[in-house]
Amino acid sequence: MRIKLCILSVCFMLMPVVAGNVHASPEIQSWTTQQGVKVLFVESNMLPMVDVRIVFDAAGSRDGTLPGLALLTNGLLAEGAAGKDAQQLAESFESVGAQFGNDSLRDMAYVGVRTLTDEQYMNTAIDTLADVLVRPDFPRDAFERELARMKVALEGRKQSPSDIAEDAFFKAVYAEHPYAFPVGGTEESLENITLQDVQAFYHRYYVSSNAITVIVGAVDRTTAERMVNTIFEGLPAGSKPDPLPPVPDLDHAETVKIDFPSKQSHIIVGQPGMKRNDEDFFKLYVANHPFGGSGFSSRLVETIREERGLAYSVSSYFSPMRERGPFMMSLQTRADQTDEALQLLRSELDKYVANGPDKDELEDSISNITGSFPLSLDSNSKVLGYLAMIAFYDLPEDYLDTYLDNIRKVDISDIREVLKRRIDVDHMVTVIVGNGG
Amino acid sequence: MRIFISLVVLVTVVIGLILFVFIGDDPSLDEPAETGIQSMELNNGMKVIVQVNRRAPVLVTQVWYKVGGSYEHDGISGISHVLEHMMFKGTEETPAGKFSEIIAAHGGKENAFTSKDYTAYFQRISNDHLELCLSLEADRMRNLLLGEDDFLKEVEVVKEERRLRTDDKPTALTYERFNAVAFVNNPYRRPIIGWMQDLDTMKIDDLREWYQTWYAPNNATLVVVGDVNAKQVFALAKEYFGPLKPADIPQLKPRKDVQQHGIKRVQVKVPASVPFLVMGYKVPVLNTAENSDDVYALELLSGLLDGGNSSRFSKNLVRGSQIASSVSAGYSMYALHDDLFTLSAIPSNGTSMDDMEAAIIAQIKAIQDELPTEDELARVKAQVVASSVYEQDSSFYQAMKIGIMETVGLGWQTKDEYVDRINAVTAEQVQRVARKYFVEDHLTVAELIPQSTEVQVSTSGGMNQGETHAH
Repeated sequence: MRIKLCILSVCFMLMPVVAGNVHASPEIQSWTTQQGVKVLFVESNMLPMVDVRIVFDAAGSRDGTLPGLALLTNGLLAEGAAGKDAQQLAESFESVGAQFGNDSLRDMAYVGVRTLTDEQYMNTAIDTLADVLVRPDFPRDAFERELARMKVALEGRKQSPSDIAEDAFFKAVYAEHPYAFPVGGTEESLENITLQDVQAFYHRYYVSSNAITVIVGAVDRTTAERMVNTIFEGLPAGSKPDPLPPVPDLDHAETVKIDFPSKQSHIIVGQPGMKRNDEDFFKLYVANHPFGGSGFSSRLVETIREERGLAYSVSSYFSPMRERGPFMMSLQTRADQTDEALQLLRSELDKYVANGPDKDELEDSISNITGSFPLSLDSNSKVLGYLAMIAFYDLPEDYLDTYLDNIRKVDISDIREVLKRRIDVDHMVTVIVGNGG
Repeated sequence: MRIFISLVVLVTVVIGLILFVFIGDDPSLDEPAETGIQSMELNNGMKVIVQVNRRAPVLVTQVWYKVGGSYEHDGISGISHVLEHMMFKGTEETPAGKFSEIIAAHGGKENAFTSKDYTAYFQRISNDHLELCLSLEADRMRNLLLGEDDFLKEVEVVKEERRLRTDDKPTALTYERFNAVAFVNNPYRRPIIGWMQDLDTMKIDDLREWYQTWYAPNNATLVVVGDVNAKQVFALAKEYFGPLKPADIPQLKPRKDVQQHGIKRVQVKVPASVPFLVMGYKVPVLNTAENSDDVYALELLSGLLDGGNSSRFSKNLVRGSQIASSVSAGYSMYALHDDLFTLSAIPSNGTSMDDMEAAIIAQIKAIQDELPTEDELARVKAQVVASSVYEQDSSFYQAMKIGIMETVGLGWQTKDEYVDRINAVTAEQVQRVARKYFVEDHLTVAELIPQSTEVQVSTSGGMNQGETHAH
């Protein structure tokens, strides 16, 4: 009986409940250093630790004719710096319990460290991070070793139907655009990258005018400023790279089938989607939520998984990037069910783009997005990720403060309009990897 | 959503947990009393544990059941995990799909995961919805519908999950066969997701019996971590879970593997492009060790071999000799039964598997022959101490630790001993456990031998979409 009451209360209390949930976003401090680096900082004193991350526009989309160059350059930073070899650098971090982290995706390349705020530990961690960032040596033996490891990783992608599908999808959707190429490189590019290419890439892109810095943790503003100054001391100002070219619309539908000896077919259907600072960002984000973005409550899961048992994982999402990142729908299903699942995916999309969500679906989605907002800011790691996104993509600094209002503003007519305008069901790329292909 | 997690959590969270993540509150932190852990037991035997964490106005609730892959027997493998999926298929009060819908409408995120030794269900939600979560969890603890139609569809979903996670993943398949060969009568030889044949022949009645046997308050633990009031959690737990009837829970029999009398080898030849090696030695865990010093020494040893980029494997095998492209060590000290200390690796291009295996064994032998240095030990310990602070950044993770330790019978207090026990490990102890357990006759080796994948691409551009699907 109690349970029934609870369910009823869902309907009656939904709006008040959500409204009661308003949660103050973290207080963001920001400044620009003398070297021109934008810094976002949140002081959080709950735990004696601090995270620092420096993000450069130096990722896969800057590879040029050598896919994999950005990832290799990023990976080599900590393989030798300021005369210390990889072992010495790793020991510097790890002897004080600091965790060095780095990665290079399509837009963002970053280095960072998580450290205790004990002064001696923190100074060691920050000094080592500065060496890695500002004084990398790019030793030849490390270059050759890491390049060889990238080749093994590339070989490994060939045994994964999901990796094969993803690479084929990006290639088909982005054609000549820099987003088309795999960040881990191609067989050809990995044969051609030289140590000089790495050094030149580093000097061009790892410059302070091309960086943003974010800090979250138990340090005060003065300490945070000092950290940033220490890290960037000696890094040339350089210049920002030219903006990436815009992503053109697809002018035709395309189907790529790749035979692969897997039990399942991996299917991706999609096209260019939206930019991170897209004017339709909130509309498209909310629009996708009830369709394939909300997990168990989504239409795709209901139709394909719950009603028919055709797939374990099925979803749709926009992956917003500097230029238009992809809109993707994906699932995996037993090979002999490929046609059935693909047809459902398409007919659900056609129906959704034509009619939009029901009013109830939209209300539930908005409740879920706004109600779960505090969960996305409940740890230093998550706050750090948001700060990096805000700074890197030049989003307004009140992004988090205005987020809930921006979501609530989206109404059903916005969604119907934006779906028709931004999703072109006749020009989709379809990738099928497997025996059903 | 169980879509994305279920077994993945196993691999990412649990393995992460046990391998590198370091447990326990930092003793140097001066914690206010209100952030300590409080626990109580309901009259029906259900345990309730609360950890207050006021970082954000949110909470995580987790309901843990003492049942999982290791509780199963031949012929019904995978049943605990299928039941986990069925737990979202409704009760009379909350029909199929409603659970997820209600949690979602309240801004929550929910899912579940099944492991060797436990099954757990969780919600992450803002802190004013605790009552909702507890009422829903209490309802499905005893009142699950388990309808046959729902089951027939859901078991197909699970088979797709198996294809996705194991059958089409050469390294996962290699691990599965490795475990199946390493153990004789220890239940860890069966995959958590189950053999395909067992999934094919599973019946709804099997699930009903499994549910009746294991899903009861006296076989469960509720863990709540977040911005809550412990007294209020206890009161609500009493209100919702208190009326549930306890059951006679079968007592687990010991499942100690028979003595191994020689090295075991298995080859896995499937379509793949990169070779892969897994080796494992039989080792005790906290639950089974005669002397728990051995377990902490093994844990420290895993850090020595593979804790960070300065560890021996990175230093000597990835850099150094460059025999491996990647190599790692794995040890889960919080298991219910004896487990394997694993060493897994991908060779660098041109290195033979034999050479790589010999190089890994040589790393083990180096520890058996020569005491590790104080610097190395200090580095592992520094990482342990730091990680015990870092991990407090995640409420979910803290709840996981409490849940695991309770559910495997160690008690949550064990987590508080971790840092001190690791700090007390000596170089001599590390050497002694390396000599005692890393014995060739107790070794199992599995090798992935790639077979051709023959990929062909056919592109049909500019066509109407209709052409790719038959109907």
